[in-house]
Amino acid sequence: MGQKIIILGALSAIAEATARRYASNGAQLVLVARNADRLEQLAQDMKARGAARCDTRTLDLAQETDTTAAFGDMMVALGGQVDAVFVFYGLLGDQRHEEHDIVAAARTLRVNFSSAAEWCLAIANQLEQQKKGVLVAVSSVAGDRGRQSNYIYGAAKAGLTVLVEGIAHRLAPKGAHAVVAKLGFVDTPMTAHIRKKGLLWAKPADVAEKLVAIAQKPDMPVVYVPGFWRLIMAIVCNVPARIFHKTKL
Amino acid sequence: MTRSTTRLDYTSWGRVVRVPHQVISPGYRDELPACLHMGAGKAPLLAVGMRRSYGDSVINTGNTLVDMTGLDRLIAFDATTGRLRCEAGATLDDILRVMVPRGWFLPTTPGTRFVTLGGAVANDVHGKNHHRAGSIGCAVNSLTLLRSDAPPQRLHPGEPLFHATLGGLGLTGIISDVDITLIPIKSAFLDVERIPYGNIEEFFSIARESMEGFEHTVSWIDCANGGQALGRGIFQRANWCQDGPLTPHQSRGGLAIPFDLPTHMLNGTTIRLFNTLYNHLQQRGAHRQRTHYAPFFYPLDSLRNWNRMYGPAGLYQYQCVIPQPHAQEAIEALVRVIAASGAGSFLAVLKTFGARSAGGYLSFPLEGATLALDFANRGAETLHLMSRLDRIVAEAGGRLYAAKDGRMPAAMFQSGYTDWNRLKNLKDPATSSDFWRRVSY
Ligand SMILES: Cc1cc2nc3c(=O)[nH]c(=O)nc-3n(C[C@H](O)[C@H](O)[C@H](O)COP(=O)(O)OP(=O)(O)OC[C@H]3O[C@@H](n4cnc5c(N)ncnc54)[C@H](O)[C@@H]3O)c2cc1C
Ligand SMILES: NC(=O)c1ccc[n+]([C@@H]2O[C@H](COP(=O)([O-])OP(=O)(O)OC[C@H]3O[C@@H](n4cnc5c(N)ncnc54)[C@H](OP(=O)(O)O)[C@@H]3O)[C@@H](O)[C@H]2O)c1
Repeated sequence: MGQKIIILGALSAIAEATARRYASNGAQLVLVARNADRLEQLAQDMKARGAARCDTRTLDLAQETDTTAAFGDMMVALGGQVDAVFVFYGLLGDQRHEEHDIVAAARTLRVNFSSAAEWCLAIANQLEQQKKGVLVAVSSVAGDRGRQSNYIYGAAKAGLTVLVEGIAHRLAPKGAHAVVAKLGFVDTPMTAHIRKKGLLWAKPADVAEKLVAIAQKPDMPVVYVPGFWRLIMAIVCNVPARIFHKTKL
Repeated sequence: MTRSTTRLDYTSWGRVVRVPHQVISPGYRDELPACLHMGAGKAPLLAVGMRRSYGDSVINTGNTLVDMTGLDRLIAFDATTGRLRCEAGATLDDILRVMVPRGWFLPTTPGTRFVTLGGAVANDVHGKNHHRAGSIGCAVNSLTLLRSDAPPQRLHPGEPLFHATLGGLGLTGIISDVDITLIPIKSAFLDVERIPYGNIEEFFSIARESMEGFEHTVSWIDCANGGQALGRGIFQRANWCQDGPLTPHQSRGGLAIPFDLPTHMLNGTTIRLFNTLYNHLQQRGAHRQRTHYAPFFYPLDSLRNWNRMYGPAGLYQYQCVIPQPHAQEAIEALVRVIAASGAGSFLAVLKTFGARSAGGYLSFPLEGATLALDFANRGAETLHLMSRLDRIVAEAGGRLYAAKDGRMPAAMFQSGYTDWNRLKNLKDPATSSDFWRRVSY
């Protein structure tokens, strides 16, 4: 039997590419998202690719009030042990709109931070108890420095980054792991409206390959994917405010 | 995403025509009806795959393209029968990576694995084993077609709309999924034999004697050298090995051509040099060789975007088939005209087709021989050469392959594809393409 994997937000383009890599290695998968029909299409694909089994759970991940119980139900499908749990779901939101529609802003914060935090805490308890396994939470370089174009989304991702970094610290002595992966630009439906230019844009399949490698060898709690974003963000974070504020970034 | 965006970068493999398109990129099957709805009554639409077709059968100037590559999920695989059902945007590349380790291969395959199954069906593509397996349509059990004027329907061989859709160039609607039977293999390697031949007559005699004992046959032919060397080439024939391992191809790697090379890099001289060198190497190299399927079936796939070697003006491909009775003399005449023009291609492929047909109304293969070559686009000069070739093909009762074509006149199309009216009658009114507008009036 292959590895046991849970994916929250499985309908994300990067999540699907990640699940496929596990499926072709005979993994047992639990895929979670909120569109049952589409989840079923993914499950068929995973089984045809060689997944030993693929269960689905239809949930609005931002609305779940008892993440411990809901996560426990996913664990049952895997017989009580899990090797890796991925938290993929997210919402880019519309920064300009949210500045005036604070209910919408709250939704962006809830999807990307507070609900994700509740899932990560439930996952951490499970990993701590089983003394192995890894949580991989997908964050963004947008959380590295507040920028006028996406600071609400960025703030939520920054919060997620710190939370998961803390979970990594907590789990380290227990033999379990957590990693927060800060992604750069990826060509997915989330960014379909942005005109893609240049070499900064990664493909979901390539990001997925990296994430699977990270889950296999979770030796650093915070990673940039692709790796060159570490350098880019070091520069972005070090530009003095008086210059930064003249840019439209 | 059923929103459309204006894109300038949707060209075909030949890159001769560069026009803006409205592009819709659905990610799930449930989005397809909305895509079709956008085409109905408004700008006509066309489903496209990896756009490995060379000419304008994937171009729909100023109108809508539905990019199917996001619909790439497998739906079901039966490991006892080899039956695979998957979404039309799944690529042969992906299917092979998943299925080869489990001992399955495509029933037949074109010379690149970067094509979608839907695109392969819509051109009823052929491979090196045509004399055994027929075209890909021979292995299609059913497909699902979405039209603007009918509910989704599952089509089977024998039904008129199935045969209109097979090789139907996307004009009967959108294929959403395909059910196809794979073939079992015991190894990812083939036993390949290479035989030099001195002229086209020799080619035909080797081809004849190879029919029985070899599943795969193809040849490279030198169309650049005139005189004594005219029509010499290398015949390749192969069978699957029986003794493993089932190693799939590498998913990445390979060089990419990052930008357009200037056209003068591919002038007549370099082509002549290339041909001479190629023949030399081939003849000195091993006679028989165990070869992985990737270099055997997909020699050019390791050089991504090789089409950019033809420079910014792009390239044309010319592929014709000549029916059996006249095949040898017509191929000889074609090669003579090409050699005399000095525009010969380093990619001339000559092979024979068998009699097996999947019955697509616009399916290209006929029992006989097919010749395929690339021409750098040099404008009027190139077009003139191709119309001279047309005359030879038409006289011999042959026809041109739509997947490769970006210029054939309507008369050439209609005389080559005598069933074309049957497709016309079953065409989805919401679809069109530059190719169709050119050949159908
Ligand atoms: C290097 C190279 C080698 C090749 N060798 C061969 C060969 O040996 N034999 C051979 O037969 N061909 C060969 N070809 C041609 C190629 O196999 C065909 O053009 C194939 O159809 C391309 O598939 P695609 O996914 O790129 O489709 P596209 O080129 O994008 O589309 C092809 C046609 O299919 C239609 N279509 C695509 N998807 C759908 C869908 N879902 N529903 C309805 N219609 C659809 C399009 O409208 C278009 O008419 C070769 C091409 C290259 C570049
Ligand atoms: N693409 C980039 O450039 C980029 C950059 C940095 C970080 N990221 C992060 O990468 C992750 C994956 O995104 P992606 O690029 O793959 O985009 P995507 O394909 O749009 O995926 C986002 C997914 O999140 C799901 N989701 C949102 N809210 C949800 C909810 N309440 N319940 C359940 N599912 C919900 C969406 O599901 P529905 O289909 O149901 O809406 C969608 O499948 C996200 O966390 C994103 O923030 C992306």
